[in-house]
Amino acid sequence: MMLANELPRLLRGTPGTPLTLGQHEATYATTFKVASLLDELEASGLTGRGGAAFPTARKARLLRDQRGHNKVVVVNAMEGEPVSYKDTTLLSANPHLVLDGAAILASIIGAKDVVVCVSRDNPNAVGNVQRALDERERAGAQGPQFKLETAPWRYVAGEESALVHWLNDNESLPQYRPQRPAILKIRHHAVLLDNVETCANVALIGRFGAAWFRALGTAVSPGSVLVTVTGALERAKVLEVVPGMTLRAVLNVAGADADSQAVLLGGYGGSWLDAAHLDTPYDNESLAQWGASVGAGIVVVLGREGCGVVETQRVVQWMANESARQCGPCAFGLPALSDDLAEVGAGRRDASRALQRLEHRCVVIEGRGACRHPDGVVRLVRSALRVFAGDFEGHARGAPCSGSRSRRFFVAVPRLEKEHELVWE
Amino acid sequence: MGVRRRSGAFYLRVNPILCDGFGHCHELAPELVSMDEWGYPLIKREPTALSDLATLESARYAVRGCPRQALRIERVSEN
Repeated sequence: MMLANELPRLLRGTPGTPLTLGQHEATYATTFKVASLLDELEASGLTGRGGAAFPTARKARLLRDQRGHNKVVVVNAMEGEPVSYKDTTLLSANPHLVLDGAAILASIIGAKDVVVCVSRDNPNAVGNVQRALDERERAGAQGPQFKLETAPWRYVAGEESALVHWLNDNESLPQYRPQRPAILKIRHHAVLLDNVETCANVALIGRFGAAWFRALGTAVSPGSVLVTVTGALERAKVLEVVPGMTLRAVLNVAGADADSQAVLLGGYGGSWLDAAHLDTPYDNESLAQWGASVGAGIVVVLGREGCGVVETQRVVQWMANESARQCGPCAFGLPALSDDLAEVGAGRRDASRALQRLEHRCVVIEGRGACRHPDGVVRLVRSALRVFAGDFEGHARGAPCSGSRSRRFFVAVPRLEKEHELVWE
Repeated sequence: MGVRRRSGAFYLRVNPILCDGFGHCHELAPELVSMDEWGYPLIKREPTALSDLATLESARYAVRGCPRQALRIERVSEN
């Protein structure tokens, strides 16, 4: 039997009541068999859903070609972005699909162990994964050895090298990897690390095949993607959408305010998109023309009564605080960006000079960290300078936009822990 | 030993995690390294030809003089 080719593919259960193993097998029952799962994965054209959109098959092939009998598959459910709920929702609807995908990836690369990493600040997801693993053990499932790890939650802790470093009993900090492509190792064993949503898609491809998978979506980004829509709407929503439908349609489905000024795409290291471009299809190849990308599937709607400058400043301030403070350009540069943005946002005396400094500092900071954290912030600031050019100018001139006086915020930013010591050392 | 290949080019690379901004590299290889406002090295991004012996020499000084051993010379791969 083939699953009907319609939407919800990944979110077939009800979020909040995870499918049991029996229900899962009944829902996704199939007789599809294929000789080489890796070739099928390659034919599907699946790209990673964690933000970088790297071809999953290429990564799996690279890891399959590594030596060793004790390779590890790591499932990344850390969900570092504070406004993203897609991984939690997927795990609360259908954890077995994710585990299936991880098992398939393990069989492709020849791994014996699968480690599912969930943030320890997310007890629902931890519980759902634990329950699913127990269920599998009771059912006597074949396949790799599963293990649940609860890593500490930080923005950079979900970064792959930080996560693997933590799994190696070290601090959860990003590492410098001069060689590209870098092979991450857990106790000298090569690691394949994939996002939860990617794993779930791998499970679907393994069960129904590449042709079925490609029936939805565009040629470059096939399949369906999970999107978290927050901002100017009643409550945050996680949707499953088809790449290629317009952003406006995505917002309509979410019930968002159509009369917005901009949307933040991809997360806190993503970019702003002017509301004039809302008719762009929601996929990486179309969004690239505006310098945006799907990223981790985050859409934050900025309503008319918000101010892009202030919102960007809040995000950058939080991101500066979330820096691991390992690399100088990130530890000192991001607070400097945040200060400049605050200067401009408040329209203080130094504002127009701060605006010039911002552009210069973006150039200086870009590409000089061990991980991509500073680059993401630079991308966000640059896109803000582009999209809110008029607002920035008004703020710098000392005539802040009306939005900054309304004190209404649309981008949710967690409270800073150490606000008073934002600058390190 | 003895045979030196003069073709190709090199980069100076810094490990940003190890680097603590001592600034010795800027002193030792000013043609390759400038400093940002926080004292961390801004290294020339374009590769330098290996035949530029003076620059190569100062790059080596910078590598040896780095108190955190964060610098290295990396040959541009030929392909």
